[in-house]
Amino acid sequence: MIWNESKECMSRDELHNLQSARLKKTVNHVYHNVEFYRKKMQQMGLEPGDINGIEDLHKLPFTTKDDLRDNYPFGLFAVPQSQVVRIHASSGTTGKATVVGYTRRDIEIWQECVTRVLAMAGIGPNDKIQVAYGYGLFTGGLGLHYGAENLGATVVPMSTGNTQRLITMMEDFEVTAIACTPSYLLHIIEVLEEAGKIDRVKLKAAICGAEPWTENMRKEIESKLGLNAYDIYGLSEILGPGVAADCDVHNGLHVYEDHFLPEIVNPDTLEPCKEGETGELVITTLTKEALPLLRYRTKDLTSISYDPCPCGRTMARISKFKGRSDDMLIIRGVNVFPSQVEAALLEMGETSPHYIMIVDRVNNLDVLEVQVEVEERFFSDEIKELEKLNKKISSVLQSTLGLSVKVTLVEPKTIARSEGKAKRVIDKRKLI
Amino acid sequence: MFIKQLSVFIENKEGRLERVTYVLKERNINIASFSLADTAEYGMLRMIVSDPDEGIRALKEEGFSAKLTDVIAVKIPQRPGTLNKVLKILHDAGLSVEYMYTLATAGKDTSIIMKASDLTKAVEVLTREGYELCKAKEAYELNNNGSK
Repeated sequence: MIWNESKECMSRDELHNLQSARLKKTVNHVYHNVEFYRKKMQQMGLEPGDINGIEDLHKLPFTTKDDLRDNYPFGLFAVPQSQVVRIHASSGTTGKATVVGYTRRDIEIWQECVTRVLAMAGIGPNDKIQVAYGYGLFTGGLGLHYGAENLGATVVPMSTGNTQRLITMMEDFEVTAIACTPSYLLHIIEVLEEAGKIDRVKLKAAICGAEPWTENMRKEIESKLGLNAYDIYGLSEILGPGVAADCDVHNGLHVYEDHFLPEIVNPDTLEPCKEGETGELVITTLTKEALPLLRYRTKDLTSISYDPCPCGRTMARISKFKGRSDDMLIIRGVNVFPSQVEAALLEMGETSPHYIMIVDRVNNLDVLEVQVEVEERFFSDEIKELEKLNKKISSVLQSTLGLSVKVTLVEPKTIARSEGKAKRVIDKRKLI
Repeated sequence: MFIKQLSVFIENKEGRLERVTYVLKERNINIASFSLADTAEYGMLRMIVSDPDEGIRALKEEGFSAKLTDVIAVKIPQRPGTLNKVLKILHDAGLSVEYMYTLATAGKDTSIIMKASDLTKAVEVLTREGYELCKAKEAYELNNNGSK
């Protein structure tokens, strides 16, 4: 079902006018309320009056994750704290988190977007949905939760971490929809199979996101559970889940263009890409109050299509993601940068800063192994001391990354050194 | 009184143990005794060698994490109960053993190599009870019939 037909199916001309009006308002808002943007625009000799519509979008400055970090925690907020009703946070490129805020209106728009996604997946008030994303600072849990409540569905706020309880309730409550990462859903499928309960499941839709997944994973999920699986995209800087999602046609994810203005640019030259050409997705928020962002570089690589979709929606579609233009990894839905590992090891000072991260998928769950060289000066010939060192490294990394890490000590100088950029990551997951 | 033990960190990878022994062989260093402790991912090879200083230099040159650790070697007769006696003395003195292994001396008395929580005190209580400790030189040269 189409939740908001007047928006999701509006003509491209109408949408153009709406976007232009909203862009002008956003530019005014940031110019007058965010020093960072005012200075940037002044340096470029740009005034809000120079932006008359989305044709002028290219004149505006870009925003990066580093800008958010440099203005940690609230420097880019455009409203006084009294109007901020919620904070979320995700990993930054180094120690510091990326902090985002929402006004009450921002939360309403967020839930509207998620509601559109759920309706697009055929979910309605008669459904019971288990939200099995993490609840808390991560936007996944609460994002889906509010959207599902807004839709009128019955929400079972599972969060993550107890798969046995999840499958028990799935059966007992006759749950009909689930929202979680695709890799977690594959794990749930295995647990269901082992428990001999897979045939008793009444699920008809799965909303999966927060990490890249392939068409083959979708097929496996759909055939094993006999449901339709939908891809939901989002990032906390822009909103959280609900920036885009795919419809029954499964040929790209509709971007909610009335709230988010997408562009695809060449990540090296920052010049716009042609329709259908792969580049970096850049998003300008059109209605955000607390944290409006101009031309935010998502680092996600994709292409865009404005062709009409058979589903009737007029909103542009971005293709399944083809990777990233930076070194961010998404492991179990958690953003991980190799620089975080490096900073943590250096700060701890008890190991060499030479490391390699190995990401693999074991039993459909992502696992992160970090190999660290045992340097002579930290080396003991007592196994218990080495085990202690190992435990210490893994607990420091776990608290830094928010993810459990298997640490393996390796001989010195066995991790390849290279001139220029060292190879720090081996991703064995075959995703794309 | 202390003996320098050569310890090497070895990853559980094919050929690493062979490499360590090769490096020592190349320098004409004899291994008098050794123990290998293993975990799932790595092992710790502890050795008494004929020339510990040269041994560690050679291994470091090869890029190994190696170190010299002080240990003691207690001589005990080859009879039931003799090891228990030694351990009881250490236990009664409030000392714990981090690890131990034997320094084989074909046929006759044997020596137990050990790292105790307090080596000086261990030497003290064991000599007081009449035990003889292997001298460093003696230990390094044990079981060494020279190179062919």
